[in-house]
Amino acid sequence: MGGKLYRHHLFWPVTVLGALLLFNLIYSPDFFSLVIRGGNLYGSLIDILNFGAPLILVSIGMTLVIATGGIDLSVGSIVAISGAMACLTISKGTDQSSFLLVIGAVGASIILSVVLGMWNGALVTITRIQPIIATLILMVAGRGIAQLITSGQIITVSNSNYEYIGAGSLAALPFSIFIVAAALLIASLLTRRTAIGLFIESVGSNPEASRLAGLRSKTVILTVYIFCGLCAGVAGLILSSNVSSADGNNAGLWYELDAILAVVIGGTSLNGGRFYLMGTVIGALIIQTLTTTIYMIGVPPEITLVVKAFVVLAVCLIQSEAFRKTLITRWKKRNYPAEQEVTRHA
Amino acid sequence: MHTPLLQMTGITKRFPGVKALSNVDFRLFPGEVHALMGENGAGKSTLIKVLTGVYSIDEGTVRIDDRTVTIAGPLEAQKAGISTVYQEVNLCPNLTVAENVFIGREPRRFGRIQWKKMNEDAKQLLKERLNLSIDVTLPLHAYSVAIQQLIAIARALSISAKVLILDEPTSSLDQNEVQQLFGIMRKLKSDGLAILFVTHFLDQVYEMSDRITVLRNGELEGEYMAAELPRIELVLKMIGKDLKLLEELPKLSEEAGEAAGTMMINASALGRKGAIKPFDLEIRKGEVVGLAGLLGSGRTEIARLLFGVDRPDEGKLLVADSGSTVKSPRNAIDLGIAFCSENRKTEGIIDDLTVRENIILALQATKGWSRPLSRKKQDEIAEQYIKMLNINPPNPEHLIKNLSGGNQQKVLLARWLLTEPDLLILDEPTRGIDIGAKAEIQKLVLSLAKQGMSVLFISSEMEEVIRVSDRVAVLRDRMKVKELSSSEINQKEIMQAMAGG
Repeated sequence: MGGKLYRHHLFWPVTVLGALLLFNLIYSPDFFSLVIRGGNLYGSLIDILNFGAPLILVSIGMTLVIATGGIDLSVGSIVAISGAMACLTISKGTDQSSFLLVIGAVGASIILSVVLGMWNGALVTITRIQPIIATLILMVAGRGIAQLITSGQIITVSNSNYEYIGAGSLAALPFSIFIVAAALLIASLLTRRTAIGLFIESVGSNPEASRLAGLRSKTVILTVYIFCGLCAGVAGLILSSNVSSADGNNAGLWYELDAILAVVIGGTSLNGGRFYLMGTVIGALIIQTLTTTIYMIGVPPEITLVVKAFVVLAVCLIQSEAFRKTLITRWKKRNYPAEQEVTRHA
Repeated sequence: MHTPLLQMTGITKRFPGVKALSNVDFRLFPGEVHALMGENGAGKSTLIKVLTGVYSIDEGTVRIDDRTVTIAGPLEAQKAGISTVYQEVNLCPNLTVAENVFIGREPRRFGRIQWKKMNEDAKQLLKERLNLSIDVTLPLHAYSVAIQQLIAIARALSISAKVLILDEPTSSLDQNEVQQLFGIMRKLKSDGLAILFVTHFLDQVYEMSDRITVLRNGELEGEYMAAELPRIELVLKMIGKDLKLLEELPKLSEEAGEAAGTMMINASALGRKGAIKPFDLEIRKGEVVGLAGLLGSGRTEIARLLFGVDRPDEGKLLVADSGSTVKSPRNAIDLGIAFCSENRKTEGIIDDLTVRENIILALQATKGWSRPLSRKKQDEIAEQYIKMLNINPPNPEHLIKNLSGGNQQKVLLARWLLTEPDLLILDEPTRGIDIGAKAEIQKLVLSLAKQGMSVLFISSEMEEVIRVSDRVAVLRDRMKVKELSSSEINQKEIMQAMAGG
């Protein structure tokens, strides 16, 4: 039974997250404490969920893209574009506090994100550009588009309805948590209750064989890029709404890299094939917890990135079966690479 | 009598849930060709992988030249003088031929690779030892699988080997290439090399080998001198059951007789540049049409056109019932056509998925994403086909990449049978499959035809084509040269048409 637990794909991500939380508990015993203030829950754990929400969203979309053997570098730019679009729409509105205006702004952002996702998907499927290059185009151009929308300024809005998306509370919890939960639920249902998950894994594992088995590989790939764009768009709404402003330059900066990291920590292979949504969520939580921890223990700002890099490196090494085997076999002095492959999957 | 060069004693190898080898002895003498025989899953591949250091040994010892050795990796195996050429070419397709031959052992001076010398050496090696004159500076993928196989052998030869392991080296070679390879093997044998030869072709076993070791279910069945072991005995030992299954076969094909159903698919002057010259082919309902021809004669190319994998650039293809043509594989499946590719690794199995998922994939693709088969239904289907086709291990949740080649083939067959096609295109369905499974598949084809399914049967084993086909189309040099009706089918006719002249 213990062996089974150890082999479960969530074992290492959960262990790492647990270790990080444990460290925090030891370092600052009130880390887990939750207080109710003004009808809302507050505490470090809530913060992690709240601030981690956009990253989790983006990572969920990224997981599906990576599962098809692709990658989407443009998510950070889409985050910026989406926020910019929403804030622009609101700032142009006549009645700043109107609810309809917010609906329009959110709608415009989401439609734009879907179009951008479609653009990525079309480049990958129709023009057959390699995903990393295809999405690199929008990653670079997207920052420009976002600045174009905001005319190079930081647009600030004050609309309480819009603020609710990223800063509001529902049932004593931040509203963004519910958005993420809904997205996760939808993604899980779509991939595991319908055949989409099977199709994605099949296309990611062997595109040619999938085509010969009658799968419309291109449709599958196009769909995941659109979904990824959509997730990034919603993440952009949460981020910009949280600060009630849109910054074309810095919103969602480096999100693509954190998201890819979250996916990989979660156990999904960059080669495509099997994917693990829950793994990704935990991966994103690990990254967010790490960020929070670094701030909390007061690492000097100039070396925070270095500390983060080392922890991430350690996490990746611990997760690598090859590395663990190497450590273990140091003593036995034997190494059978092909066999590990067999035993891992058997 | 001389002493064995290689002696393996009491070899046991376990995988989670499977005992792949138990207490197997095996030895190789210098200057001998030793055939390793057994059905799929008998442990041949595992034994070879243990010998080449890909897998570790759980119990038992390996002695080379009377010294106990531990082979902990492919590199150490090479150092111990053991070289292997695997069934599926294990080279890098995007590197040049010369790079492939000398990879890891490039001639260097001051750390810099001497490209000129490497290319010349490679050229000379191929010329002298394999009689092969090709441009060694082209990437490997520019050459056919057969040539790639020979290059793999050249690579093995260039490493000073005492033991050469040939794992199904002939399965993708045509007759001439096989003879060329055998010539090389004889030469190497007389040089004192010990050759371990694995093949499914009985003819080749008896043509080449001096000694035969038979494995069954991971256990040693026995070691025999080839000259003293009649074929029928060998087969009996391999499958470990009586021969009824094989004897039944000729009878079945007679019963099948001439099918005179209505038209299923009709190709007229269908052709594609560089693949197949324009050909006419008609397949009727309930008919088994065989495609005979040497490797590269255009068999697979025809299948790919009929299934819409490649687009024809001339001619017409008509599917009778719908009156439409085939535009893509998806479209072909909708029109009731199924295609079981010969390249099961690249065009067949989905590595990361389980046996169950691989089986239901095509059916699910037909139903679309929004109407998933329930898990219960999937389990039922998987169980049914695993039983029907005798897929081993009989666990639907096993990842398909861990199955042996023959069992992967059966899973693919299951995938297509499940779609209940009107026309089933089988491209080399029995390649690399043991005799028992071969007979099962042939039997299945015939019974399906009886139920009204049309089958296009492609195989390089002529006996097999003759056995199952109502009609045989013969191909030569990417051209359809002859069509034989059931009364005309015989080996001589086909052979003549295939060879031409």
